[in-house]
Amino acid sequence: MDFGFKISPSSAVNLDNVNVEKFEQLHSVEPDVYKCMACGSCSSTCPANRFSGMSMRKVILALQRGKEKEAISMMRNCMLCGKCSMVCPRGINTRHLILSISRIYKEDGK
Amino acid sequence: MRERFLTGYNDFVLPFVCGMLFVLTYCIVGMIRIIMQLPAQDRKRFFISLVTPKTMLKNIKDIFLKCLIHVDLWKRNKLLGYMHSSIAFGWFMLILVGHIEVLLYTSNLGAKALYYPIFFRYFVAETESTMKGSLIFFLMDFFLLVVLSGIVLAIIKRVRSRFFGMRRTTNPSFLDLVGLYSLWAIFPLRLLAESFTADISGGSFLTKSLNYVFTEFLSNHANMLPAWWAYSCALGIFFCVLPFTRYMHIPTEILLIPLRNAGIRIVNARKGLAKAQVYACPSCGLCIDACPMGVMKSNIKDTTVYLNRQIRRNNEARIEEISDKCLLCAKCTAVCPVGVEGDKLRIAQRSMRKYNFGPDYSNIDASVLSEQYNKFVINNNNDVTTADNQKVLYFTGCMTALTPAIRKATESIMAKAGVDYEIMDRDGGICCGRPMLMAGRFDQAKQMVEKNTEIIMNSGADTLLLSCPICYKIFMEHYRLPGIRIIHHTQFMDELISSGRLKVRKDNIKYVFHDPCELGRGCGIYEQPRNVLSAAGMLVEAAKNRKESICCGGSLGSLTLSFEKRKAMTENAISNLTAASPDRIVTACPLCMNTFGRYADRPVEDIAQVVDRYSDSGRKTSGKHADKTN
Repeated sequence: MDFGFKISPSSAVNLDNVNVEKFEQLHSVEPDVYKCMACGSCSSTCPANRFSGMSMRKVILALQRGKEKEAISMMRNCMLCGKCSMVCPRGINTRHLILSISRIYKEDGK
Repeated sequence: MRERFLTGYNDFVLPFVCGMLFVLTYCIVGMIRIIMQLPAQDRKRFFISLVTPKTMLKNIKDIFLKCLIHVDLWKRNKLLGYMHSSIAFGWFMLILVGHIEVLLYTSNLGAKALYYPIFFRYFVAETESTMKGSLIFFLMDFFLLVVLSGIVLAIIKRVRSRFFGMRRTTNPSFLDLVGLYSLWAIFPLRLLAESFTADISGGSFLTKSLNYVFTEFLSNHANMLPAWWAYSCALGIFFCVLPFTRYMHIPTEILLIPLRNAGIRIVNARKGLAKAQVYACPSCGLCIDACPMGVMKSNIKDTTVYLNRQIRRNNEARIEEISDKCLLCAKCTAVCPVGVEGDKLRIAQRSMRKYNFGPDYSNIDASVLSEQYNKFVINNNNDVTTADNQKVLYFTGCMTALTPAIRKATESIMAKAGVDYEIMDRDGGICCGRPMLMAGRFDQAKQMVEKNTEIIMNSGADTLLLSCPICYKIFMEHYRLPGIRIIHHTQFMDELISSGRLKVRKDNIKYVFHDPCELGRGCGIYEQPRNVLSAAGMLVEAAKNRKESICCGGSLGSLTLSFEKRKAMTENAISNLTAASPDRIVTACPLCMNTFGRYADRPVEDIAQVVDRYSDSGRKTSGKHADKTN
C-alpha cells in the first residue's frame, strides 16, 4: 500500500561490522586524526564543498564508520589548498591527512 | 731542459695514472648517461645551445667565474671566497702552466703526456733554456703557494667555521674525509717532492729556497723517491675516491652550467638535470644556515645538502621524509653557490609518490562559473568610465578568502582609483593549483589550471589581479593567458600611485616589509612593495631581507610539519623582522599575514590595508565608483 511516504531506513552504523583495519593504519601514520572534534571549520571554508560536497569533518567521520566510498567521493574535488589546515582549531595537518588517505584507501573500497 | 732518464718512466707514476684514468672514465660515462637521460626535446635544446655563440660565451664565462673564481662565495664572505678560489684557480693554473712547461721543453711525448705535466721536475734536469726559472718556474711556485694558503684556510675552517661566516657546516661522511685529507696532502707533498729535485731540475722561490735551507736532507737523493711516491699516491687516492665524495661537484658543475644555460628544467626526480644537480652539490653547507627550519636543531639533517647526499645513497625513506618536510621557501636555492634547486628537487621527489586515487575536476563546469564573472562581456566593453579602460579581473584565491580584510582593502583601493573590476571568486572558486603542484601532483594541478584558464579567458578582462603571491607564481609560470596581463596587487598599487590615480598621504609610522617567499625569491618582486610603503610611511629593513628573507613558517610547501613545530620558525622570522624596531609588520601575502598575526607582538598587516588607510582618489570624478562598492 502506498501512503505517499515511507519510514526511512535506519541510518545506524553497527561498528562491530565495520572493518577498521584501514582506519587503524591511517591512525598509525596520522595520529592527529583522533584530534578532530568535528567543529566543521574545515567544511565551512572548503572551496571544493560546492562541487563535490567535500567536508574534512565528514570524511573523518565516514572513514571511522567504514563508509569509505562516501568519503572518497567527497574528496574527489579536494584542491589541497590548505584552507582547512589554516582554520583547524586543533592544529591537524589536514593536507597530509588527505594525502595519506589517498595512499591507504582505494577507490573500489578493497 | 734535458731528460734525465732514457725511458722517461718510473713506477711511482702508476697510482696517479690509474686514478686519473679511472676518474676520467667515470666522468665521461656519467656525463653521457646524464645527457641521454634528458628528454629528447631537452637534449636537442642542450646541443643547440652548445653551438650557439651567445650561450657558448656565457658557458665559458660562467665556468670560469663560478668553478674557478667562485664569485658567489666572494660576494658572501671574502675569506670563504679566497679559500675556494685559491684552491680551485691555483690548482687549475698549476695544471695549465705544467702543460705549457712540458710543451715548451720536451718533444716526442707519446704516452708520457699522461703524467709528464704532473711529475715533470722528476724527469728532467735544468739547462740554460729555462731563463734560470725566472718565469715559468716562478709561476709554478707562486700558484703552489696560492693553493697552500687555501689549504691552510681550509684546515682553519674545519676547526672554526665561524671565521668564514658560517655558523654550521656539513657533517662529512667517511669517504668525504678520505677525499678531504688526501686533497690536503697533495700540495704539501708536491712542495716536498719538488724541493728534492730543485737542485737538479730547477725551481723558484719556494722549492729552491727549501732545497738550500734543508740541504742536508733534501739534497740527499736517496730520500727523493719516497716523496714522489707519496705525492703520486695522494693524487691517486683522491682521484679514486672522488666519484663517491662531495668532490664529484668539481667535474659535475662543468656539466651543470651548460645544462642550466640551455634553459633545461627538472623533469625526472632522479635522472638528467636532477642527477646533475645532486652530484654538483659540494656539501658546503651554506643551505644549512639559510634554512628557516634550522631554528630547531632536529631539522638540520633535513636541509638540501643532506637531501642530495641521501639521493646519492638511494635512501628512499629519508628522501621522502626530507622532501615532504621542506617549506619550499627556496632560500637554499637562492644561496646555493652551484645552483642546486632545493625546492624544485623536492617537488620532483614528491611527484614520485604513488596514490590509490586522486582528485579529478572533470565534473566542474567552468562555463557555468564563467557566466557569473563575465561582467565585461555583458557590458560589451562599453564601460568607458575608467581612465584607461582597463578591465581588471580580481582573483582573490583561497588564502585571501580567509583574510577578507585584504580583499576589502584591495577593492576599496580600486574604487578610489576608479578601476573597473570584477571579482572572479566572490562565492568561492577553483584553487589556482599551486598547493597541488607543491604536493607533486602535477596532473591534478594541470586540470585546475585549465579550468581557471577557461574562466579567465571567457571573462573579457584584460588584466588579472592577484593579492596572493602563491597564486601569482603559478599564474606567471604555468598559465597561458594570451592578451591578459597578470599582476600582483603590490605592482598594481605601485602603478596606481606613480601614475597619480591614487594619492597616498605620508605618515611617520615605521613599517618593515616582509618579502614573501613566493613573491620575492619566487617572482623577483622586491622594489614595488617598498616603493608603495615608502609613499605611506617610513620603511625600515629587516636584518635579512629580499633574497634572504626568512619564511614565515606557515608555508603550504611543507606537507608534514605540524602546527606546533612551525611556531619556532615563525618566532625566528618575527625577531628577524623586528630588528629595526618597526611599529608595524607589513607583508603582501595573506598566508604570511595570518601566520605572523598569530605570534607577533605588534600589528601585522597586508600592504593593501596600509595603502587603503592612507589613500585618496587621484581622480576628481570618482564619486560614481566609490558608490558602487559601498
